[in-house]
Amino acid sequence: MSYLELRDLRVSYGNIEALHGVSLSVDEGEIVTILGANGAGKTTTLTCISGLVRPASGGIHYKKTALHKTPSHKIVSLGISQSPEGRRVFSPLTVQENLNLGAFTVKDQALTRRNLEWIFELFPRLHERRSQLAGTLSGGEQQMLAIGRALMASPRVLLLDEPSLGLAPIMVQSIFEAIRHINKTGVTIVLVEQNAKAALKLADRGYVLEVGNVVMENSAAALLADPAVQQAYLGG
Amino acid sequence: MLEQLTNGLAIGGIYALVALGYTMVYGVLKLINFAHGDLFTLGAYLGMTLLVSFGLAGYLPPLAALLVMLLMVMGLVAVSGYLLERVAYRPLRRSDRLAAVVSALGASIFLQNAIMLFYGPNYETYPDLLSVTASLTLFGVSIPVMRLVMFLASVLLMLVLYLFINRTRTGTAIRAVAADQGAARLMGIDVNRIIALVFMIGPALGGAAGVLLGLYYGNISFNMGTMYGLKAFIAAIIGGIGNIPGAMLGGLLLGVLEALGAAYISPVWKDAIAFLVLILILIFRPTGLLGERVAEKI
Repeated sequence: MSYLELRDLRVSYGNIEALHGVSLSVDEGEIVTILGANGAGKTTTLTCISGLVRPASGGIHYKKTALHKTPSHKIVSLGISQSPEGRRVFSPLTVQENLNLGAFTVKDQALTRRNLEWIFELFPRLHERRSQLAGTLSGGEQQMLAIGRALMASPRVLLLDEPSLGLAPIMVQSIFEAIRHINKTGVTIVLVEQNAKAALKLADRGYVLEVGNVVMENSAAALLADPAVQQAYLGG
Repeated sequence: MLEQLTNGLAIGGIYALVALGYTMVYGVLKLINFAHGDLFTLGAYLGMTLLVSFGLAGYLPPLAALLVMLLMVMGLVAVSGYLLERVAYRPLRRSDRLAAVVSALGASIFLQNAIMLFYGPNYETYPDLLSVTASLTLFGVSIPVMRLVMFLASVLLMLVLYLFINRTRTGTAIRAVAADQGAARLMGIDVNRIIALVFMIGPALGGAAGVLLGLYYGNISFNMGTMYGLKAFIAAIIGGIGNIPGAMLGGLLLGVLEALGAAYISPVWKDAIAFLVLILILIFRPTGLLGERVAEKI
């Protein structure tokens, strides 16, 4: 079994089934990207891994643990954290408080201090604004905060949902550089992106989701060269 | 003037303590806990039982007895709040909002009647723990000691709460749950535990307020939670519901306005003034005085 494995995942919201049996696997140290149009089920897949949404059937295994049976607040301490869609920083709290909350499950104070230093190195802007309320940050800064907050948990697997959404191109570039850097430190990354080209250039492998089904999986290079992918997601 | 001001601040402290319970629960669940006023009443009665039936005052000097009684009442009412959440609210967490509101109203009726059945429907005289007649003279105005104790006790409790909410890990987690429950879960915060905790802290403060009020006025009744609960709810709205410093400010402000209105207009207008303030706030500043200070960025 792979490091992180999703097997035949079915998820419904009310009467509508959003995932019709999604299977995908992630190896340790990889960057795997999940591509697809709006409503394809990318975000649902990630929220399922984090335990915020429960599958109707199928399973998610991380190492030997069945995540679909683990309460969401315990999943973080297993080493899986997420920077969610829409960033969802705690706006009435300061940047520093947001980061502290990211380390909520971490007992080791020294580790938290090291992580904080590393995040401030990765995103110097957050250091400048650490006593500012998160709601007053720009979109790009909030994105950095959301990623930094997820890193404070010392994750082994980092789930990133649309980290480039709504950002200026220059900001997108620095976010993607940061992701590459995080991955170099040994963190496995699952990246959901609209910006398919940038994501495939960064990733080792990719999955393409269409209306709740995996329709393609391959190495990132192969997907990048695939005419069907180019047509649908890379603007022809 | 100073006389009325101190009276208003003392009563305002009570409103503020009770308002904190409303505002904290609203903050995490977007629910008005209508039974909160009755937990306040429960606190007053439990304090009376401790003093009268267990003769707490006999063993200790008055101030120490007050402190011990307050802590015991807070603990007991906190447990009641916890049970209330488990029985009346948690099973309905995923239901329609209206279901929880009906359940809250039901819990209020239940608590009020339970207190009445147990203690009787009459006014009860509160034990005279700190001699109410003692007073201090300040700037030529005599201020009853009880009034000072009451104000200081409520300010102290609010200060402790403020530090807890703003300076501790758990307090930050409470604010995170209030801001975004889903994101809080992604931080590894056990949201159910935080909600249970809020349902203990709020009632604990409300229970303490009940004791202080009993000592101040010298009598209590099984249904006093309705009016005080309503006033405290108004105070929470004045400050901006969901906002903790807002509840403190709203409570003190309402107490002072009521006291001044009663003195300079007419005592019979006291309750009307509270509602008038509410109406004015709802018209001119619906988010309350301290509500929504941060603009949400999309």
